[in-house]
Amino acid sequence: MGQPLGRRRQGRQGRGRFRTFAIGGAALLAAATIAGCGSAPAGPPVLNFYTPADGAKQYAAAAAACTQQSGGRYSIVQQTLPKSADDQRLQLARRLVAGDPSVDIMGIDVTWTAEFAEAGWLEKFPADQAAKVKEGTLAGPLDTGTWQGELWAAPLNTNTQILWYRKDLAPNPPATWDDMIAQSEALAAKGLPAAIEVQGAQYEGITVWFNTLLTSAGGQVVNENGDVLIDKGDAAVKAATIMQRVATAKGADPSLSVNKENDGRLAMEAGEAAFQLNYPFVYASINTPPPDGGGGGTFIDAQGKATSQDTGRRVIDEFAWAPYPSVIPGKPATVTIGGLNLGVSSTSLHKDLAFDAVQCLRDRDNQLVNAVDGGVPPTLEALYSDPAFQEKYPAWQAIKESLDNASVRPKTPAYQSISIVLSDALNPPGDIDPPVVVAGLAEQIRKAENSEGLVP
Amino acid sequence: MTLDSGALAAATTKQEPSHRAGKQPLSEGKKAERRLGLWLCAPAAIIMVAVTAYPIIYAIWLSLQRYDLRFPAEREFAGLSNYGAVLTSAYWWQAFLITVIITVVSVAIEFVLGLALALVMHRTIVGRGLTRTVVLIPYGIVTVVAAFSWQFAWTPDKGYLAAMLSEGSAPLTGQASAIAIIILAEVWKTTPFMALLLMAGLALVPDDLLKAAQVDGAGAWQRLTQIILPMMKPAILVALLFRTLDAFRVFDNIYILTQGSNGTGSVSMLGYDNLFKAFNLGIGSAISVLIFVAVALIALLFIKIFGAAAPGSEPTGKR
Repeated sequence: MGQPLGRRRQGRQGRGRFRTFAIGGAALLAAATIAGCGSAPAGPPVLNFYTPADGAKQYAAAAAACTQQSGGRYSIVQQTLPKSADDQRLQLARRLVAGDPSVDIMGIDVTWTAEFAEAGWLEKFPADQAAKVKEGTLAGPLDTGTWQGELWAAPLNTNTQILWYRKDLAPNPPATWDDMIAQSEALAAKGLPAAIEVQGAQYEGITVWFNTLLTSAGGQVVNENGDVLIDKGDAAVKAATIMQRVATAKGADPSLSVNKENDGRLAMEAGEAAFQLNYPFVYASINTPPPDGGGGGTFIDAQGKATSQDTGRRVIDEFAWAPYPSVIPGKPATVTIGGLNLGVSSTSLHKDLAFDAVQCLRDRDNQLVNAVDGGVPPTLEALYSDPAFQEKYPAWQAIKESLDNASVRPKTPAYQSISIVLSDALNPPGDIDPPVVVAGLAEQIRKAENSEGLVP
Repeated sequence: MTLDSGALAAATTKQEPSHRAGKQPLSEGKKAERRLGLWLCAPAAIIMVAVTAYPIIYAIWLSLQRYDLRFPAEREFAGLSNYGAVLTSAYWWQAFLITVIITVVSVAIEFVLGLALALVMHRTIVGRGLTRTVVLIPYGIVTVVAAFSWQFAWTPDKGYLAAMLSEGSAPLTGQASAIAIIILAEVWKTTPFMALLLMAGLALVPDDLLKAAQVDGAGAWQRLTQIILPMMKPAILVALLFRTLDAFRVFDNIYILTQGSNGTGSVSMLGYDNLFKAFNLGIGSAISVLIFVAVALIALLFIKIFGAAAPGSEPTGKR
């Protein structure tokens, strides 16, 4: 307290400087506020189009093209969401719960339709718009956008798995899982690459694998009324048994329990696998030079084993595809489809324009761009006979067949919780005790369906 | 308000070592100064209430409701049923056990290593600044960044640490090995913090006392256990308490290293998943509140165990 005078003077000086700062800051803030809220653009209404980060370039191009085509009715601005589906869902949910009016069009995962519709975040497609969407669209993808008989999201692109295999190791591609496991074990006995690569890590991928096997065996997890059907009949036990056998077969990939789509692709390109259940991106990848792709895979010797010597023969020379193996002989597998649908937010201020914009964003030209540049199969049936598409997807016939027999993931607003429960119970696949797991799952899924209890 | 709080402020300032000012009535000027002081504090206090008290109370309120973002129509008051659901769930107890294991093991290791580091730093004569800086580096690195480098190091094919293990082993995919790696990451990251707090405690130990003990024939170990540690008790309490509370809420390392798979999820991971993946605000808030209660219990337990050494409970009747 020695120099109160000096201090006070200093304080006053400081205060003066502070005041300058404060005024400057307030002015800046005010300017920002005016710029942010007040300046309604003089042009046409802006529609914000939220898309996943993957393929953002194509979506932005589509947004620009549709803005052009609208003839000044609206302009679409593409906004990029995170890469991972969980993060995308969380960001959208936060905006929608808070009633953000700047969300107009959303690219949503096929599994979110029921959840978003039931939570009141999606605007139902009006009858005329729905009719336009249904025209020429594949039935499987269309089903993913439908909830309780109404269309809530328009399929933009889809995705499906087929069997990729080495034709030198398996001259007759297996038609069933039993056959594939037998072939794999025979290869392992001879010391040849034998692994069956499939998604066994604890994430959405293992749920997809299980759902494909379950529906192929004639089962279902839940129906649209919320009835849990997983423990009806023996389909679930059959599916779980196949998973357990694949993981414990002689020659199985030891890291199956942590493998995702990309790990399977890498194992195939490294010449360690004989079979791979995966999406069409693996074909594009093996044909892409490193570092972005596999560059034809590693060299293989006369027997088919991977080698570091230049034998002039690579994995790609023996790389082939076939329909997804079935569970019941003679009955085609029903492969779980993925993909992206377009929904209109219930918080949007320009819903009518947004529906029109959705029609444009998923039109033939934009879907073809997505398919060719983005690597995701289209949902318009006509495109599968387009030469440009067929050239990019030599496996188009198998893909189309797979889509025609598609199954969708459980349609329920609680899908996310059910998927977490499934992936937790089925991982690691090698430890599955089928009857026990299925009995436990039924109870937990019932709880998840009613949003009771915890998710792991 | 002003008068009462003015008196309150006066009461608190009485404890200052000022010898005579205490009982005299305050002058007008002093009163005005106090009042100004309170007014200046008020914004900070209000902000504190807004950013801490409000969310805590809101979380408790949410935890008493059935509230799932996906079923907005079913929102209703549910009493304690969310707590019942959490406390009867095997997932909660599994996560709780994992959290306790991670907390106890990592804090124990950190304490031993931290004490050793503190002794070294305390004794160092040459390059003292350099030693302290070097020791503190891990604490300065962002946890998520450090966790990513651990993850790469332990990933087969890519990582240098995984390469030292036998072929085909993926340590992050097994429960025991993954938990060990999580603990390692925690220890590596926060031992410097422990060391820093303990070093502050070491400064409390008078050199004379140690020299006297040495003259009396006490060995190094005896000096550590009989003199240094008892004298450092308050610092040890603070260090252990801070670290235990921190470790109990472990999240970032697990989130990056394993995402909670293979039974490595902590209670914080469980709360995150229920809130942000399942969108179940009721259950998720109940988990958060239970974590809060557990943390409060830990703090209480520490103060009970360490009793007199706890800061703020000085027994010697100084007041």
